[in-house]
Amino acid sequence: MSKTLIRGAKVLGGEPQDVLIDGTVIEAVGSGLSAEGAEVVEAGGKVLLPGLVDLHTHLREPGREDSETVLTGTRAAASGGYTSVFAMANTFPVADTAGVVEQVWRLGQQYGYCDVQPIGAVTVGLEGAKLAELGAMHESAAGVTVFSDDGKCVHDAQIMRRALEYVKAFGGVIAQHAQEPRLTEGAEMNEGVVSAELGLGGWPAVAEESIIARDVLLAEHVGSRVHICHLSTAGSVEIVRWAKSRGIQVTAEVTPHHLLLTDELVRTYNPVYKVNPPLRTERDVMALREALADGTIDIVATDHAPHPHEDKDCEWAAAAMGMVGLETALSVVQETMVDTGLLDWAGVADRMSFAPARIGRAAGHGRPVSAGEPANLTLVDTAYRGPVDPAGFASRSRNTPYEGRELPGRVTHTWLRGKATLVDGKLT
Amino acid sequence: MQRHLISAADLSRDDAVLILDTAEEMARVADRPIKKLPTLRGRTVVNLFFEDSTRTRISFEAAEKRLSADVINFSAKGSSVSKGESLKDTAQTLEAMGVDAVVIRHGASGAPYRLATSGWIDAAVINAGDGTHQHPTQALLDAFTMRRRLVGRDAGLGQDLAGKRITIVGDVLHSRVARSNVDLLHTLGAEVTLVAPPTLLPVGVETWPCAVSYDLDSTLPKSDAVMMLRVQRERMNAAFFPTEREYSRRYGLDGERMAKMPEHAIVMHPGPMVRGMEITAEVADSGRCTVVEQVANGVSIRMAVLYLLLGGNEPAQTRTEEK
Amino acid sequence: MDTQASDARPVLEGPDIARVLTRIAHEIVERAKGADDVVLLGIPTRGVFLARRLAAKLEQITERKVPVGSLDITMYRDDLRMHPPRALARTEIPGDGIDGRLVVLVDDVLFSGRTIRAALDALNDIGRPRAVQLAVLVDRGHRELPIRADYVGKNLPTSLRETVKVQLAEEDGRDTVLLGAKRTAPGAQH
Repeated sequence: MSKTLIRGAKVLGGEPQDVLIDGTVIEAVGSGLSAEGAEVVEAGGKVLLPGLVDLHTHLREPGREDSETVLTGTRAAASGGYTSVFAMANTFPVADTAGVVEQVWRLGQQYGYCDVQPIGAVTVGLEGAKLAELGAMHESAAGVTVFSDDGKCVHDAQIMRRALEYVKAFGGVIAQHAQEPRLTEGAEMNEGVVSAELGLGGWPAVAEESIIARDVLLAEHVGSRVHICHLSTAGSVEIVRWAKSRGIQVTAEVTPHHLLLTDELVRTYNPVYKVNPPLRTERDVMALREALADGTIDIVATDHAPHPHEDKDCEWAAAAMGMVGLETALSVVQETMVDTGLLDWAGVADRMSFAPARIGRAAGHGRPVSAGEPANLTLVDTAYRGPVDPAGFASRSRNTPYEGRELPGRVTHTWLRGKATLVDGKLT
Repeated sequence: MQRHLISAADLSRDDAVLILDTAEEMARVADRPIKKLPTLRGRTVVNLFFEDSTRTRISFEAAEKRLSADVINFSAKGSSVSKGESLKDTAQTLEAMGVDAVVIRHGASGAPYRLATSGWIDAAVINAGDGTHQHPTQALLDAFTMRRRLVGRDAGLGQDLAGKRITIVGDVLHSRVARSNVDLLHTLGAEVTLVAPPTLLPVGVETWPCAVSYDLDSTLPKSDAVMMLRVQRERMNAAFFPTEREYSRRYGLDGERMAKMPEHAIVMHPGPMVRGMEITAEVADSGRCTVVEQVANGVSIRMAVLYLLLGGNEPAQTRTEEK
Repeated sequence: MDTQASDARPVLEGPDIARVLTRIAHEIVERAKGADDVVLLGIPTRGVFLARRLAAKLEQITERKVPVGSLDITMYRDDLRMHPPRALARTEIPGDGIDGRLVVLVDDVLFSGRTIRAALDALNDIGRPRAVQLAVLVDRGHRELPIRADYVGKNLPTSLRETVKVQLAEEDGRDTVLLGAKRTAPGAQH
């Protein structure tokens, strides 16, 4: 395989260095590197990060190929700088058997834009009643380690306890979608000042916080690790902070949109802002940023949730919940965390690559940018600033809340095991 | 005035007073042998009702017909809408038919706002009630009724409701009538107090421009008008209150409670009333209860709104906008 | 309005207006043979004040109460679609109605005739008078409809580039009729 020399890249935001890729691995990192016949990429001061890892992606295949497929979703991932994505289980059929997870995993391998690591359902059909064959999914070719009923909460405390215990046998982790179902019947947006005015069903913060509180206590009791999906409230942050201080093995993610957007946007009744969990208040946004900076929240995960146009071009009540995120995540993190001084690029590498790979046990991903490591890399033009244009998305869906909004940063190159999947902003 | 009427909160004080004054003139048309004006001749108004509401629909229809508009009634039941056609497709169908205004009633909060702002349709949109959001013409007819009774029919012209103490009692949480009334009455200078069990008040109500009380009896003597909201029996099953009996005992209006109100104070209800629940028959049938007047005033208010939005080449201008 | 009397000059002053109203009152009594079934309906805004003044003069002459009211024609205008909707004025029909009576419409200026056409339509929805007549303070010509006044205070030949502005004490603090030049923005269309 050929060689690539990345010249003058700020590795994790540090001083400019050269990085030489040989085949699938990084051969050297240093100054003044040269290599005969190597393809040269002039980084010109762009920031080089380890390939990003998304612990929370909806690829929709099988079942909803009208909104996304493994191919279009992994192309979107490569566009956004990702080299590994974890595909959520709420497909049709549900990824609750070894057969379905292997199919999704193989499609990812076949297309070669981004590794796809399937997430298995915790319960059969996401129905919350009966454990799915977690062991079989783990032993399949897909090697599932993360299990989630995302979209639905594992609300039965006994089922949750059993799942947490059961996956200890093979080092798995349960990723909980924390949403108390009875407290969120008819819920359409964050419950508070804005929902009271708009007459939309309130989605109280306590519906998320009560489940998180219960689950960290369960995890402590059975000595398991638990991962909290898309944490969205200041109260949730406090609970996770407390749990970590007690030594409970809890990890948590926040989405880019919860770092930037608030429920004030719902005043437009534009369903592009309808998402689960809902957009919260300014106070929550600030608490989430702070928690991501201090490590209380471990990672950023996109909750990339593609939907066809007609599911958003309608009245609020009829609209689907979710936003696409793979192609804007890094920009939003730069805007909210880096440009605000809360996190440096090494911190971004941790929250968007090292830590998610560690939580999901994604072999070969989230590794340091140093000699001998797999060449999973992302080059970011951090000086760029411009409006988001959904027409340019690789995703099949366009349901972004950022259309027309100016955001910083643009991924120009992505390498998956040495193979360029994105060159000068164009997919290969 | 804006081109659409989506929320009572969109109305300035001058807009609202202009509508009330105009409605007062419209009301006089009802006393004539020929209750019809040629004003909206050649204009087409669609009553697009995704939710059953015969009362509101016929009120709008009467107003439209008195102004000589061509009226199309489009009920979602039995139409393509019930077969899954979207609001957008329905809107575009109406647009293609050359509709000048859409009066929309929808079960989803924000549907009229979406209809007016999504580029699906050019017509003026009038909100005839959306989900638990707004019902601006109801608030206007309530304010009209209050101004007539508390200020005077002629004395009220050009006046707002400054200093009037209005108490709204009942299921505020699920009530678009309450939201619209709080907004409009505040704009008109009235002092509003909401009275309800805490379960039937929305989280966030503390930011509304009104007072909140859990105690009806202490509020009644300080009220110029008491508006009783309908309480649906099914709320009981969702644990908003224990029993019907307990609700009426704490928050229902009976003769004994009505006697605590000042002499001049009126009892209002947007209808339909649940007699024996929020209001006793004795109160509902008393001379202080304005329910029937409210219905008649509804037609005048809707005529005024239709005239001011559609009567000219653009919506009526008020002094506020000229500033 | 797009016009304004900038260098307007008075063509009728207070005493002139009082005199012509007296004359019109006498003409009404004469033509209506005693005016015992006359109902005066003023067209808002200034027509109403003129109607009230005429009624007072008729009462002096006939020593009988003369019913007087107002007729707002806004909702019957044929140019509604050319402007934003206007605030409505009051229509006040005297208690005994207009059926079988002689209605005298009263307005300040007769110009295109469109206001009077609207007034006739409006009357039609209110009742069936025995006859309808028209009294105006000023007739400035330029009719666009086959309408004429029965009683005219002053015929005032004007050009379309002129404006006629009636001011009455009740509304404007003084009685006068002003003739001025229309001030038009450069390049503006009539």
